[in-house]
Amino acid sequence: MCRLFAVTSREPLSPMTAVHALNVMKEGHDGSGMGLFLTDLGGSFERFRGSPILSGIFSNEGLRALDRYLMDLDFTVKYKLSIRPAQIPPAGTPKRDNYVVRAYDYPPDWLALPQEEREHRLMLTRLRLRQMGEADGSMLIFSFWPDVIMIKEVGDPMELAGYLGLDHEELQARVILAQGRQNTNYAINIYACHPFFIQGYATMTNGENTAFVPIREFLTSRNYAGYTGYQSDSEVFTHILHYTQKGLGLGLDLYKHIITPLKDGELGHHPNGTKLKQIKQACRPLIIDGPNCVIGCLPDKTIFMVHDSKKLRPGIAGGSPGMFALSSEVCGLDAAIPARNKSTDIQPMKYDTVMIPPGRDEVIRWNQWER
Amino acid sequence: MESMGTLTPSTLSRTDLPWQLAWSREKCTLCGQCTAVCPVRAIELGVHRKRVVQVGLGLAEKPGNVFSVYHGIRQKTEPAFACIGCGMCDLVCPNGAIRPVRGGEPDKLRFHNNAGGVPRRRGGRRNDPRSLLDEIKFIRISMLTDPALDAGRHDFELRTLLGRILPPEALVRAVQDNGWIPPVREIYPLIIGSMSFGALSPNMWEGLQMGVAYLNEEMGMPVRICTGEGGCPPRLLRSRFLKYVILQIASGYFGWDEIIHALPEMKEDPCAIEIKYGQGAKPGDGGLLMWYKVNRLIAAIRGVPPGVSLPSPPTHQTKYSIEESVAKMTQSMAMAWGFRVPVYPKISATSTTLAVLNNLTRNPYASGLAMDGEDGGTGAAYNVSMNTMGHPIASNIRDAYLNLVKVGKQNEIPLFAGGGIGKNGNLAANAAALIMLGASGVQIGKYIMQAAAGCLGSETDRCNICNIGLCPKGITSQDPRLYRRLDPEQVAQRVVDTYLSFDTELKKIVAPLGRSTSLPIGMSDALGIADATAAERLRISHVL
Ligand code: SF4
Ligand code: SF4
Repeated sequence: MCRLFAVTSREPLSPMTAVHALNVMKEGHDGSGMGLFLTDLGGSFERFRGSPILSGIFSNEGLRALDRYLMDLDFTVKYKLSIRPAQIPPAGTPKRDNYVVRAYDYPPDWLALPQEEREHRLMLTRLRLRQMGEADGSMLIFSFWPDVIMIKEVGDPMELAGYLGLDHEELQARVILAQGRQNTNYAINIYACHPFFIQGYATMTNGENTAFVPIREFLTSRNYAGYTGYQSDSEVFTHILHYTQKGLGLGLDLYKHIITPLKDGELGHHPNGTKLKQIKQACRPLIIDGPNCVIGCLPDKTIFMVHDSKKLRPGIAGGSPGMFALSSEVCGLDAAIPARNKSTDIQPMKYDTVMIPPGRDEVIRWNQWER
Repeated sequence: MESMGTLTPSTLSRTDLPWQLAWSREKCTLCGQCTAVCPVRAIELGVHRKRVVQVGLGLAEKPGNVFSVYHGIRQKTEPAFACIGCGMCDLVCPNGAIRPVRGGEPDKLRFHNNAGGVPRRRGGRRNDPRSLLDEIKFIRISMLTDPALDAGRHDFELRTLLGRILPPEALVRAVQDNGWIPPVREIYPLIIGSMSFGALSPNMWEGLQMGVAYLNEEMGMPVRICTGEGGCPPRLLRSRFLKYVILQIASGYFGWDEIIHALPEMKEDPCAIEIKYGQGAKPGDGGLLMWYKVNRLIAAIRGVPPGVSLPSPPTHQTKYSIEESVAKMTQSMAMAWGFRVPVYPKISATSTTLAVLNNLTRNPYASGLAMDGEDGGTGAAYNVSMNTMGHPIASNIRDAYLNLVKVGKQNEIPLFAGGGIGKNGNLAANAAALIMLGASGVQIGKYIMQAAAGCLGSETDRCNICNIGLCPKGITSQDPRLYRRLDPEQVAQRVVDTYLSFDTELKKIVAPLGRSTSLPIGMSDALGIADATAAERLRISHVL
């Protein structure tokens, strides 16, 4: 079962914090991959807050194609993070030509566009690049978005971190999501590696999504270009979140109500029962059927954790003002924030959503029965 | 040569009949119960003459004959009295002295049961026991990463929706602006499909209604039952139990005068209105209640004179074009109940289903589509219609669902599948397969008659005389001497038993698939079949 760890901190952290946490949870992942999502960046990227950052893996040929394509669109490179891997990759990790993390300046003619449109084009550009590299594997694109860096690779997290030099001082973030993978698909497809990202929303999950096929069918039939991929059944959690918020304009509370609605009998005596029932019916194909623990990050940098309604996957939230973490196991949390008041740790139950807003003052927990 | 009497082209021997009676002279006590019970008078008292040659010892006495007579059973061979294999004689015989036995080769009766130029009519179902649904297996078993669930102890939410469901964007807008939100019913996915008051005996109807009421009120299972085209007893229309009933309107409009007049007095809205455009057993043919069954009660409820056959036209007479008719009827039915009741059409599964469906997607009042496959049953139809007309349900429901997926409306118009579900007894497995192919729920008719009332009919042409009012079990008869054989309370009890065991079996199917929080509609990754062409056609896994 995959291990999940997310941390949010007022002070920027190195991704190594998350890698260490994954490492202590090692018995739960098999080194088949690690995914990192960094946002609210510190380090050198703090200066380029508004500029879209492209993260991915490219062959030399892929890199040339990328440059050609983005240049034609009038994107200009503003800043590059140089990741120089060691000579010999760890066992199981393929040798790659280039790990790319680059901040760009928007094409001048995009600047006048409404934000919505600019964001849409940014997503389409990412999808186009992904598509260009799909056939020959020359480009693997993880994200193309302001203030977001994503790193994914096959291998054991700790060894990968050493190999890629993730302790690089330029690489700092206030919000980090990290997943250590336990591969359940035989071929290791890097696009199946969590966290998944779309337009500022990122989530990662452990467990299995048994309702995957109808959910995928529903999302792909929304006629929205971004709802694609699905090399992993967990990608739908990210897209449901995006759909709930961007497509329907609903909040995180309704994300929980959509993926794990209360039963009809329960809604009968919920203060908001009628509305929730209608939403449940309209979003019926988005009901998940776990077992899953979902940890995610919203565009406003709030991090959160929810479970499927059977709650067959554990999860814990804890920390102290200034720094909090969400982890699939308590040992991960202990490794990251040992000096906290453990009595205030929260293990969310099946009706709960826990979240840590960007102020990092406290863990907010609310229950489906309250809203 | 001895005279053979009159030999006509239709003179048949017992060998030529589909069912032959095995009768034991040893065991028979001549009580006469079998001849009394036989619904088609296939047997009568037989007086048989017997000769025994007696040869004395020695030569003094010449050999002689001793003639004796014994009494027993004679099977008639006239086509009109051919044994239907119902086995009632066996059921009533105290000594087990008689039973019907199927003939060894295809019968010759089939060439002759059209006396007077009238082709064979019967009740029942298609005479073909094969079922593609039985071949579908559930292959996605949760192992390791997602432990299978405990069917006995876990919480399951196995309900479905009947009603037009707004797309999420429109729903959110409607909630914000206080707009109209179409009515949606949360119901149990196994519906008792349309069987009319008239086709069924009063005791059968009462039993089914009582069973449904019990399931709702005592067991918390929101089971619904459809009336079929025959109206609804006035007291039920005015009772709180109406909410468990789907009222059907069909091309004969039988009973709708009564229903419309009861409208102001209804305490509850019905669950839904089903507009019947077709049925699986006899696609393109209207309903038919033969005169035998139209007694005074039936006639009163339907608003017709007693003792006449009631053939409904194959199509709604108000129809100018199907689109217009469906739109108008749907809308006016919705309007009659103040847009509080879902209204949906029921059609025979057909290769033109998608055209119907495309129309419905554009009609904001259409609340679903019921599709009845070729294996559907009926109270009365021409044999040829039953055996050869219609479309199998599996590929039809799949096509319809995938078409909805293509336009993104798979959650907006629920599809209900009927026709042959559980024809070989595998009710839960067949229902689950159809749900995973895309149905929101299934409708059953024959199954509940077999399970709740002991119907003897089969896909190999046993009994199936539901049309002539002589149902030996009292299920489809309007003759009180027959239907009093059926105790409504016991039917109700069997309905409850059937639903409870179905519920357990459904859980035993979905739990290992790791599903419990919602009905796995369209979960096609769980399905596999050994037949490669079927797998390809249904877009499910091919497994060997
Ligand atoms: S099986 Fe039925 S139809 Fe045949 S003789 Fe017996 S009672 Fe009559
Ligand atoms: S038992 Fe009654 S309902 Fe069943 S097939 Fe025979 S006549 Fe029809």
